[in-house]
Amino acid sequence: MVLQLFEGEKIRLAAFDADKDAEIFSKWTHDPEYLRLTEYEAARPLAPFHIKKKFEEMEKDAHGDFYYFVIRAKEDDRALGFAHIRWVEWNHGNAHFNMALGSPDDRRKGLGSEALQMMLRYAFEELNLYRMTVHTFEYNDGARKFLEKRGFQLEVRRREAIYRDGRYWDALSYGILAEEWNNQVARSK
Amino acid sequence: MDNQIFTGKLVRLAAQDPEKDATTIAGWDKDTEYTRLLEVDPVTPPQLKNKRERLERMPNPHFYPFGVRTLTDDILIGFCVLMRVNHVHGDAFVGIGMGDPAYRGKGYGTDAMNLILRFAFQELNLHRVSLDAVATNARAVRSYEKCGFVLEGQTRGTEFRSGIRDNIVSMGITRREWEGMKVEG
Repeated sequence: MVLQLFEGEKIRLAAFDADKDAEIFSKWTHDPEYLRLTEYEAARPLAPFHIKKKFEEMEKDAHGDFYYFVIRAKEDDRALGFAHIRWVEWNHGNAHFNMALGSPDDRRKGLGSEALQMMLRYAFEELNLYRMTVHTFEYNDGARKFLEKRGFQLEVRRREAIYRDGRYWDALSYGILAEEWNNQVARSK
Repeated sequence: MDNQIFTGKLVRLAAQDPEKDATTIAGWDKDTEYTRLLEVDPVTPPQLKNKRERLERMPNPHFYPFGVRTLTDDILIGFCVLMRVNHVHGDAFVGIGMGDPAYRGKGYGTDAMNLILRFAFQELNLHRVSLDAVATNARAVRSYEKCGFVLEGQTRGTEFRSGIRDNIVSMGITRREWEGMKVEG
């Protein structure tokens, strides 16, 4: 049995620590590119105070079904981004997943890939879910390639659901089933 | 300009009155065929207090709930709602249920859907409307297609009840498609 769920090779999954993390999370929200790649709502920067408040609201809104992690670099413990599972439908075994790395400098180094694998293991081997759903946007080529390469299937294309920069874009949702994840793990052994 | 936007051919859209309608609306929950197709969460027997509290929630710019009433005798037969209305993108989700079984499969729900779509496109000025349905709910899917909704995908195995995994179908209609329907219709 795998006992280490939160300790990866280069990263670890840790609880959100408002005192430690609000500052850097606030900094990311001042990067419109980050916001537009991750957020459906209109972009707006948030002060550390409001980051804390938003986290508390998300927590309250989730009624306890909230698995929120800060992705931390093992080398210096800095916060790299977040990953969370929420809106768990326990009766159906479905949940929604989202993650992002805050700084462009930390992307394309395998850190996100490692975080995703750890989150999938958590979803399917700890929460025992049947499937997970992820939403992204037509224009987020990085996310689409990232998900498709790792076995997520495009399931829904809500046409013209996003209006940005004077044109409409499709909202996409991807899904991965536990059995698909299990097959991937078996193949990699 | 047609200002009678809440009146259709068979039904009209009305406010849901927490004081007068809660008992009727909660009563629909006795029928688990109805609630299991409607709710993602595990279903419960009718909970009057809970239902009333939900009806008491103040409508807001992201949430437009309606009662569906017959034109002939003003009976409350169901509900429809625009929710998660996002005015930046012009995007929203619609939910609908004909709680009174005597009025299912007779065009009342389709009429109500046509009304709420008209409200979405001509009053709220939205760009598109989405909905999700259990794939095996053929009557609902047929009605949505009749209103102009297009299949936009399926989330695999997301519905698990009585030991059977079903897909959830996602459907959508854009303003352009809706305007095309009007010309044809």
